[in-house]
Amino acid sequence: MERELRQAIDEITEIAVGFGLDFYPMRYEICPADIIYTFGAYGMPTRFTHWSFGKQFHKMKLQYDLGLSQIYELVINSNPCYAFLLDTNSLIQNKLIIAHVLAHCDFFKNNVRFSNTRRDMVESMTATAERIASYEILYGKDEVEKFLDAVLAIQEHIDPSIFRPKGSAPEEEDIEEVRIITTQYDDLWKIGEAEKPLEQAKLKKKKFPVQPEKDLLLFIEEYSRELEEWQRDILTMLREEMLYFWPQLETKIMNEGWASFWHQRIMRELNLTTAETIEYAKLNAGVVQPSKTTINPYYLGIKIFEHIEKKYDNPTDEMKRFGAKSNAGREKIFEVREIESDVSFIRNYLSKELVNEEDLYVFAKKGQEYKITDKDHEEVKNQLISMRVNGGFPYIVVEDGDYSRSGELYLKHGYEGMELDPTYLEHVLPYIYQLWGRPVYLETILENKAIIYMYDGKKGSRRFK
Amino acid sequence: MSENDQNRFVVSQENWSLHRKGHQDQQRHNEKVKEAIKNNLPELISDDSIILSNGDKTIKIPIRSLDEYKIRYNYDKSKHVGQGQGDSQVGDVVAREPGGKSASAGQGKEAGDKPGEDYFETEVNIEEIQGLLFQELELPNLQQKEAADITTEKIEFNDIRKKGLMGNVDKKRTIMTAIKRNAMHGKATISPIYNDDLRFKTWDEVVKPESKAVVLAMMDVSGSMGNFEKSCARSFFFWMIKFLRSKYETVEIEFIAHHTLAKTVTEQEFFTRGESGGTICSSAYAKALELIDQKYHPSRYNIYPVHFSDGENLTIDNEKSLKLVKELMKVSSMFGYGEVNESNRASTLMTTFKKIDDPKFRFSIIKKKQEVYDALKNIFKKQEVDL
Repeated sequence: MERELRQAIDEITEIAVGFGLDFYPMRYEICPADIIYTFGAYGMPTRFTHWSFGKQFHKMKLQYDLGLSQIYELVINSNPCYAFLLDTNSLIQNKLIIAHVLAHCDFFKNNVRFSNTRRDMVESMTATAERIASYEILYGKDEVEKFLDAVLAIQEHIDPSIFRPKGSAPEEEDIEEVRIITTQYDDLWKIGEAEKPLEQAKLKKKKFPVQPEKDLLLFIEEYSRELEEWQRDILTMLREEMLYFWPQLETKIMNEGWASFWHQRIMRELNLTTAETIEYAKLNAGVVQPSKTTINPYYLGIKIFEHIEKKYDNPTDEMKRFGAKSNAGREKIFEVREIESDVSFIRNYLSKELVNEEDLYVFAKKGQEYKITDKDHEEVKNQLISMRVNGGFPYIVVEDGDYSRSGELYLKHGYEGMELDPTYLEHVLPYIYQLWGRPVYLETILENKAIIYMYDGKKGSRRFK
Repeated sequence: MSENDQNRFVVSQENWSLHRKGHQDQQRHNEKVKEAIKNNLPELISDDSIILSNGDKTIKIPIRSLDEYKIRYNYDKSKHVGQGQGDSQVGDVVAREPGGKSASAGQGKEAGDKPGEDYFETEVNIEEIQGLLFQELELPNLQQKEAADITTEKIEFNDIRKKGLMGNVDKKRTIMTAIKRNAMHGKATISPIYNDDLRFKTWDEVVKPESKAVVLAMMDVSGSMGNFEKSCARSFFFWMIKFLRSKYETVEIEFIAHHTLAKTVTEQEFFTRGESGGTICSSAYAKALELIDQKYHPSRYNIYPVHFSDGENLTIDNEKSLKLVKELMKVSSMFGYGEVNESNRASTLMTTFKKIDDPKFRFSIIKKKQEVYDALKNIFKKQEVDL
């Protein structure tokens, strides 16, 4: 078995290189199911301990045990690149997975979003796990778990920009002027010019942060007066981990599309027996099956890449006028995999023909049912894009870190037509309070009206602005 | 481990058997589920579905506290993109609300993780709930009565020996021994099994002193007991019976249903029967006294009358009731009175009972369903009462 497998890997690697895929050295690990599901749940072979991973693991393992699902691929963005194969996989399953993960690795290595990700994250996360375990011993498991619960609730709210503007801190001279009242009769001297100094003081209050800060985790890490050193350390480490995972959230459709596109191309080059071909066709069909209620990133991704290739192989006269050459499809898709992320990928390449051809639609809840509301390609495209903006998470910024001049935290949701889940929001605010130590506000839009949710340490409330 | 010439890839297969991380965190998650169950006991035990589940050993309960909360979009108020078979039309239904009546509810691959269901559902064994609940309960003031009668002999199979009766052979252990011995000789097989491999279960006789006790469950089934009142009383008695049967071996339970008249009924009738008419509580107490007189002499039994009503007793009957309750208490270890009283008005019966100043009299007023739990804890709380 192992010898066959090694031959297959050799052959597939050869074909992949021939196609121009450019990947890191590969490390294939053959593991039993519960190990694969552990890695799948944690996103990494070694990561810190938290019950939410256990919950995820249990769910995945249960589905596997019931025969409902199977992880086809598990690959880690690292150099060398780790890929995991289930020890019960058939040879043909392994072939498909190997072809698939080689393309993933090519994507990790060449897509610009990944250019800042640390390729030694496997080791780094192991170190993080050890550090957090040592804090558990020092400060108690419950204490650490309570803190992790809070951080994990907001872990996606970081700023993953490749270039970050510096300095959200107030500058030195920002110390605000406050009227000093020495006796309670002071204001008598100012009869006539009464309210003016107050207004001036108001104007003098410099903004903090100067620009709205998108990186909530970093902001709390730097300015919270509530955190112990070990807590700051955990916050820093979890932020690093999220920065590492972020490009994968931003390129889900592209990344899976790219990998599926190439596993199909590579498998076509192999000499498969009839039985193998049928098994492969079944597996492939399972991977790229479209769904009525969600977008299958594998399928949509492949379709867009295929569409681009076809279009640039046979450019229109107009495209030619702008310098497009014939049969340049391959070259073009390699360029796309390098410079785009899901949002720009969809915006630039999801064409009207593709939307119609693939029968994409917009649906929404109407009463008890979810109904198709629109089939216009612009609508579909805009909706897909808005679902992929910021990795699919609401865009939250720190508007004021010294709200009410008492160090309270005022957050603002960049509303673009999608409301927040109020129940979830009301549960998250106490976590932010736990990290910040002072009342927390979040402004968003509900039913077209600005609304402010608040949590003050004892109870939550909300009011329309 | 092996490497190919160009060092482009490595294939390895390691021994992962010590990698238990997923299982460990799953364990922690399970602990949190248990904690959540414990914190939700009042809601859980007043859940009608348990009482109606009738033999089903597990039930599904939602546990909200185990959600991983994030700031996220409101799924049901947002638009989404899906993909049809090529013939989709505006207005087509692609899915229905999960939990809706329709059979096709929640179709589609991802429907199960739709943010619409904002709780984590878990299966809980009823026995697990019982375990947590019954820890806190006991029959108070249990006295030893007639020492001769109350020892029970129990046979417990709790030892393994090499010699014994062939009928008591422990197959699993015998096979294990055989495999071990055969493995030492090179081959881990079951056969051959030698005489020396045989293992037998043997028993000890355990003598446990037990006190005899009888619980007289009395329930008001008059017309004034509405759905809410009935279901609270039923929940209470359901758990009470489960508790008694699981914790005490020799406890007997008598069921008395009453309106203006009282009669003894079967357990089945007790839980299913609904009647109408006015309320005369003293009828039930008289019936209880009659039963005690005939069958359960206080010298032989610990007696626990427990009565549930809405308190809407016929006014002229209150004095008589009080008198009979006092009489009952003389022969009983405890008298429990539960009143289901949604509106928090002062009921005639309760006002009368307020005059009783005796630690043997225990009462509980249920205003909300969740308070069934408190009633159980009040009436069967662990505490010694001086006779």
